[in-house]
Amino acid sequence: MFKTVIPFGPQHPVLPEPIHLKLTVEDERITEAIPSLGFVHRGLERLADLRDFHQMIQVVERVCGICSMIHAVCYCQGIEELMAVEVPPRAKFLRVIWSELHRIHSHLLWLGLFADSFGFESLFMQFWRIREKIMDINEATTGNRVIISVNVVGGVRRDLSHAQIKWVLSELQMIEQDIKRLENTMLSDYTIKKRTVGKGLLTAPQASELGAVGPTLRGSGVAQDIRQTGYAAYGELDFEPVVETDGDCYARCKVRFRETLASIDLILQAIANLPAGETRQKVKGRPEGETVTRVEQPRGELLYYIKANGNKNLERLRIRTPTFANIPALLTMLPGMWLSDVPVIVLSIDPCISCTER
Amino acid sequence: MQGDIIAVGPETLVREAAQAKVDGYRLVTLSCVELDAETVDILYHFDKDLTLKHLRLTVPKGTPVPSISAVHWAAFLAENEIQDLFGLHFTGLAVDYEGTLYLEDEVRRTPFCRYSIRQSDKNTPAPDARQEMGEN
Amino acid sequence: MLKNLIQKSRIKSPWLLHYDCSSCNGCDIEVLACLTPVYDIERFGIINVGNPKHADILLVTGTVNQRNKKVLVNLFDQMPHPKAVIAIGSCALSGGIFREAYNVVGGVDKVIPVDVYVPGCPAKPEAIIDGVVLGLEKLKTASLPARL
Repeated sequence: MFKTVIPFGPQHPVLPEPIHLKLTVEDERITEAIPSLGFVHRGLERLADLRDFHQMIQVVERVCGICSMIHAVCYCQGIEELMAVEVPPRAKFLRVIWSELHRIHSHLLWLGLFADSFGFESLFMQFWRIREKIMDINEATTGNRVIISVNVVGGVRRDLSHAQIKWVLSELQMIEQDIKRLENTMLSDYTIKKRTVGKGLLTAPQASELGAVGPTLRGSGVAQDIRQTGYAAYGELDFEPVVETDGDCYARCKVRFRETLASIDLILQAIANLPAGETRQKVKGRPEGETVTRVEQPRGELLYYIKANGNKNLERLRIRTPTFANIPALLTMLPGMWLSDVPVIVLSIDPCISCTER
Repeated sequence: MQGDIIAVGPETLVREAAQAKVDGYRLVTLSCVELDAETVDILYHFDKDLTLKHLRLTVPKGTPVPSISAVHWAAFLAENEIQDLFGLHFTGLAVDYEGTLYLEDEVRRTPFCRYSIRQSDKNTPAPDARQEMGEN
Repeated sequence: MLKNLIQKSRIKSPWLLHYDCSSCNGCDIEVLACLTPVYDIERFGIINVGNPKHADILLVTGTVNQRNKKVLVNLFDQMPHPKAVIAIGSCALSGGIFREAYNVVGGVDKVIPVDVYVPGCPAKPEAIIDGVVLGLEKLKTASLPARL
C-alpha cells in the first residue's frame, strides 16, 4: 500500500485556529501524525522584560481569549504567594464565580464546535445561542464580553451588587434549563454516537503516561482536577471531579457536558456563600523568589512558573498550558483512525493553539 | 515553591526521571530559566495525586543535555521548545524539530537568552547569538 | 447584464473567509458569534467559507508573525477579484499588546493591503458586522477585475 502524506491545516474549516498536522495515510487509515506549530507563536513570555508585574496581568489575559480570567487568576495567585498577600475572602469567591462562568462559556463553545465538526450545524447554533447569555452576564458584571480583566494582584477590581446577583441567578436558571434540553440530543443521538463512540481511544495508563490533563484525562477515567487542591475558594465549595471511563471522543464530550452543569452548581454555591467585605487588598513592594502555581482551566491543568528578583519586571515567566500537554495524547490517538475522523478527534482535546504557543 | 526540589546532574537526570515514572509521577512540564551569561536551569516538574516534585538541572550553555523523551515521550515538545528559545541542544530527542518548532529563520535564534540579544538588534539577526548556535 | 447580476449578488451575499493569524481567540470567537443566532449574519446571505477561492471578504484577526505571514499572503493571493480585507481587533491593526514581542511582525497591513480596520480588544460582534458592511462598499465601487 502506498503511503500518502496529507496536510491538515493551518487554515481548515473546522479549526478556528491554525495548527498544522502532517498526516501519513495508508489507504484512508492514518499511520502517523506529526504536528507543526508556530503559527500563533508571539513570544509573550518575554514581554515580562518590558512590562512590570502589574501590567503583565493584561498580557497573560491575552494568552487565550477564551479562558482569560483563569490565566489571570493563576498569575495573580503566583504573585500573591511571592509577596505574601492575603486575598480577601469575597475576592476569592468572586474569582470562582467568574472562572466558572468562563468554564461554562468555553465548554458551550466547544460543544458547539464539536457538533459542527461532524456536521450537526443546528446543534452548533443551539449551544452558541445559550452561550450568548453567559457573554451577557460577563458584559453586565464586568463591562466586557470576552476579556473581562477583573483581576489585580491582591483581589478583584469589581464587585457584584445585590441586584446583579439576583439577575445572574435567574439567568443561570434559564441557562441550566436550556442546556438540559439539549442533553438528550447531544448524548443519546444515534448519529453523534456513530461519529464519536470508540474514536480516538486513550486508556487511563496512556493518558497519565503522556501527561494528558483536564477533560482528556478525566474522560479516560482518571479523577484528577486541580480544583481539588482548593485554590481560590474551591476548598470551601462542594465539588467532585467529573469522570468518564471509556476514553473515547464520546466520553470526553460527556465529561464536558456534565462539567458545564457542575460549573453552574459551583456558581450557585459560591453565590449562596458569598462573604461580605473588601474585594481588594492593597499591595506594596515587589515580588521576590520563585514559585509554581496551578489552576484548572476548561481544557485542563494550567501551570505558571514565576521567578522574580525584587525588580518591577519578572525575571522569568513560564506558562504551560493544557493543550500543550494534550498534544502528545492527540498524536497517539490518531494512528489507526480514518482520515474522516481527524476533525472530530482533533477537536475532542479542545485544542487552544494560542495557549499552546503563546 | 510547593513540592520538593531535587538537584540532578546531566548523568543522573534520566535515571531520576525514570524513577519518577516508576513511582507513578506524571511529567507536567519542563521550565528553562537563564541564570547568567553561561548557565541555565532546567526544572522538570512532576505531579502525583496533586503534589508536585521538581528536578533541577543546572547546565552550562553549549553542553548537550540528555533528553528524557525516551522515558517520558511527552517531553519532546517541551524539549524542542527549549531548544528553540534557549539554543540548548538535547541529545536523543524522540522528534527533533531542530530549532524550527516555533521560529522561522528570519527570527534570531535563542530569543529567550537575555545575554546574547541587544535591544538595538531587534529587527536584525544578532550575529553573536547565531554564532553561539553554530558552536553548539 | 450578466456583469450587473454578478455585482448585485456579490453585494447581497458576500462570502467570508476567516483567518486567525496569531490572535488570542478573543476576536475569533466574536467573529464566530456573528454567525450564530443572536447576531446571525447568515440572514443577510453572509456565509463563512473554508475555501479562499470562494471568498469575497477576508477577515483577519490577530497579529502577523514570522511564520503565518506566508500563509496569509497565500490565502490573499488565492482569493478572486474583487476582494476586501478587514482587520479585526487591536492586534490586527497594529500589533496591539504584542507589538513588542520578538516574533511579531505587526499589523495585517504590513503584509497585505487592508480596507477596513475594526478596533477593539476584542472587537464586539456589532463592530465586526459594521466592518463587513463597510467592506461591502468597497466591493460595490470596485470596477472590473484588474486581471482575470
